[in-house]
Amino acid sequence: MSSGQGRVDVEIENKRPDEAPSGKGHPNTCPGCGSHYREDELTTSLRVCPQCGHHFPVRARERIEQLADAGSFAEEDADLRSADPLGFFDLRPYTERLAEAEMATGLGDAIVCGQAAIDGEACRLAVMDFAFMGGSMGSVVGEKFSRACESASAAGVPLVSVTASGGARMQEGILALMQLPKTICAIEELHEGGGALISVLTHPTTGGVLASYASLGDVVLAEPGALMSFAGPRVVAQTTREKLPDDFGLAESNYRFGHLDAIVQRGELRATLSRLLRLFRKAP
Amino acid sequence: MPSEAEIRLRERLSKLGGMKLLRGTKLSGEVERLQDQLARLREEPSAEEIWRSVELARHQDRPYTLDYVSRVLDDFFELHGDRGRADDPALVTGLGLLAGRTVVLVGHQKGRDLKERTKRNFGMAYPEGYRKAMRAMALADRHGFPLVTMVDTPGAYPGVAAEQHGQGGAIARSQAAMARLSVPTVACVIGEGGSGGAVAIAVADRVLMQENAIYSVISPEGCAAILWRDAGEARKAAAAFKPDAAHCLELGVIDAVVAEPEGGAHADPDEAARLLKEAIVAALEQVEVLDPAKRRAQRRAKYRLMGTLASA
Repeated sequence: MSSGQGRVDVEIENKRPDEAPSGKGHPNTCPGCGSHYREDELTTSLRVCPQCGHHFPVRARERIEQLADAGSFAEEDADLRSADPLGFFDLRPYTERLAEAEMATGLGDAIVCGQAAIDGEACRLAVMDFAFMGGSMGSVVGEKFSRACESASAAGVPLVSVTASGGARMQEGILALMQLPKTICAIEELHEGGGALISVLTHPTTGGVLASYASLGDVVLAEPGALMSFAGPRVVAQTTREKLPDDFGLAESNYRFGHLDAIVQRGELRATLSRLLRLFRKAP
Repeated sequence: MPSEAEIRLRERLSKLGGMKLLRGTKLSGEVERLQDQLARLREEPSAEEIWRSVELARHQDRPYTLDYVSRVLDDFFELHGDRGRADDPALVTGLGLLAGRTVVLVGHQKGRDLKERTKRNFGMAYPEGYRKAMRAMALADRHGFPLVTMVDTPGAYPGVAAEQHGQGGAIARSQAAMARLSVPTVACVIGEGGSGGAVAIAVADRVLMQENAIYSVISPEGCAAILWRDAGEARKAAAAFKPDAAHCLELGVIDAVVAEPEGGAHADPDEAARLLKEAIVAALEQVEVLDPAKRRAQRRAKYRLMGTLASA
């Protein structure tokens, strides 16, 4: 209960549980500076805080709209869905989690792939969505990324990958781990056919996705402030009891240590990709 | 009712029977081995049996890479250092003779006593370890030596310096290096096959796994901490994600299970090494006869097919 003055609507509001407990604010409130935005304001600003430059997460379809020329995107392999090879059941069955994720996101799994053009340059896009089970990589993500490599290779165009992932999907057990070598083998074939991979790491790209295709781009870019670490900060702190540096695993620290070619502001990403696609264009 | 594992193994058996690739002397051996595995697989491992594998895979007396090296290879010469920054003792590399041929060996190495455990970092490699492995792989390719790897790690080391030195990228590049090799490659999971740190050196033409080894996407404790929110539920987690050899074979992740002596490899390391050597040599002989380009294509095709899919 709030104070005794008791305006009814306030009391009702106070009885509701917090929308997102444990310190996380409203999704449209900037964690950097506390500014709050309407949904249309954030969409217009590419989900970058106009006050402090914080990069909010971007869902896969919105990312594709931000990057691809209007009307150029043609989705491929949209019908692929995860099977449940282990009959996995933790506190809830995996099949239930999958169904719920599909309902919540409108996506079949944590990646959307297809043909696109960026400023007139043809390419293939493979864009992950963190909202689908933490962007975890199971058989479907591995398969769709591998098919995107093959599709890019067949069309003779570069593949642009945008990652956002907590890592391999535990519910698919060892088969999730096997998506690391699977996607890597697909990149090897792409490279041998003369194809290029441009990898864009967004917050967060960790675990098995960082330890496979996200790291193997001919050019590797990241958005400002993106966490890109093999082990998450919590795991590192718990396992080693080390004091973590403030910029642990962030794009800025990775750039300093030589793991990134550039950190690109979201507003510059489309122009940067189009420049790179032009540079990778092979003479006929 | 035959289990799904049995059906799949039967399918593989009948396919193998019709395979021209393995025609000749080696075929009968392979069929026999698969039949053995079929007999073992009749009953799917229970939750208790899976947990027993977890315990045996981590047993303090279980033979480690160098215990096998001294029994399996003749004249082993260890190669140190990544030629950039450091020598990572959690991962050993070297040249040795295996049944008369020179091979390059790469393997995780755990320590036996407290001092060595600390030195070897419990078999958890830094990026420098994987860069040393890549250097050894390049050497193998340059000279046409087959590559044999031994996998035994709880996982790649999750530390600040490891991240700063590029752990994720090193694991990715080590797998890419293995996907590119022209020489025959055999990987053996001999203890804990822990996640990215394990698969970093396990992308091979033939992947073998000892009967009581485990191979998994995350540790049982890690999985339990995340999905059950309680690391104490590790047994339940292990039963759910099934890291045992029989399930890995069923899922097509490994190519063969290597028997261990009664009671586990630690009960009789000499016999465990003899069985392992026999399996490695047999696996090498299967792939040595293939044309290098074809062998590499088959290796990639094998991984390309891993996973299970449904459609909307």
